[in-house]
Amino acid sequence: MIAHAIFFYTFSIIAVVSAIMVTASKNTVHSVFFLILDFISISCLFIMIGAEFLGMIMLIVYVGAVAVLFLFVVMMLNVAQQKNQWFAGQQSSKHIPVGLIISTLIFVEVIIVIGGWKYKPEIFDINNSIAQTSISNTHSLGQILYTDYIHVFQISGMILLVAMIGAIVLTFRQRSGVKRQSYIKQISRERAEGVEVLEVQSNKGVKIDD
Amino acid sequence: MIDIGLGHYLTLGAVIFSIGVIGIFLNRKNIIVILMSIELILLAVNINLVAFSIYLGDLAGQVFTLFILTVAAAEAAIGLAIIVVYFRNSGTIRVEEIDKLKG
Repeated sequence: MIAHAIFFYTFSIIAVVSAIMVTASKNTVHSVFFLILDFISISCLFIMIGAEFLGMIMLIVYVGAVAVLFLFVVMMLNVAQQKNQWFAGQQSSKHIPVGLIISTLIFVEVIIVIGGWKYKPEIFDINNSIAQTSISNTHSLGQILYTDYIHVFQISGMILLVAMIGAIVLTFRQRSGVKRQSYIKQISRERAEGVEVLEVQSNKGVKIDD
Repeated sequence: MIDIGLGHYLTLGAVIFSIGVIGIFLNRKNIIVILMSIELILLAVNINLVAFSIYLGDLAGQVFTLFILTVAAAEAAIGLAIIVVYFRNSGTIRVEEIDKLKG
């Protein structure tokens, strides 16, 4: 129990501090790295609490794919070297109190909701079927993911496909002046458009225009 | 304090959610940081779902966390693609200078 507390506080403090640094860091590349640290510590929390499949998936999907995608875009767009302040300009400074008030309100509301849960402790005493079974978390997730939630699972695959096609269509750009190989053009060539037979008169030569 | 329960995880989720909202409001730098704040918010939602799933003994929460992961990945890909196209067209992704929609 004491180890659980130590690990929980360690990982959650790292997560909260790196979440603050994501928003407060001046350099965008540093923000991406703090986002990676945040995901890693939260996935450690997931593994610790018993959801090891989701922890590993978070590592693979977020740290391996999404964060690297962010890093690519940050480096490609060359915005990392922008040396402007965090709250730049006079115009933007009036957003600060509004943002702080709204986020503090949201935080207080969520904490009030958690306090409401605390007053009904018997709701947590439902028998913990995950802990009592001997099969692993991944095994049990797979058992319900491919049976009860198979349609939702396939729809999420469709969402990924649509997102992939959308990203490709958005960023695709046909450059002019680039020589490409076109198989259909090569195959459908006729003799008439490739070769021309000319009568060459002596001492005149042939005029070729291409 | 030592006895870690559901409330601790929910509080952690609330803190990270609020930090994400602060990041969206206070960010004056570029849109990519706003996208990262949205990722933080989705992460907080994932923490809540997993914590409830573990403490209530119901695996449906973890299944839905998987779907949230899917949607978050798709959203990040599309959002970054839109940012790349916008940067190609207008040369900036600073928040103050993006006013083409007159918002």
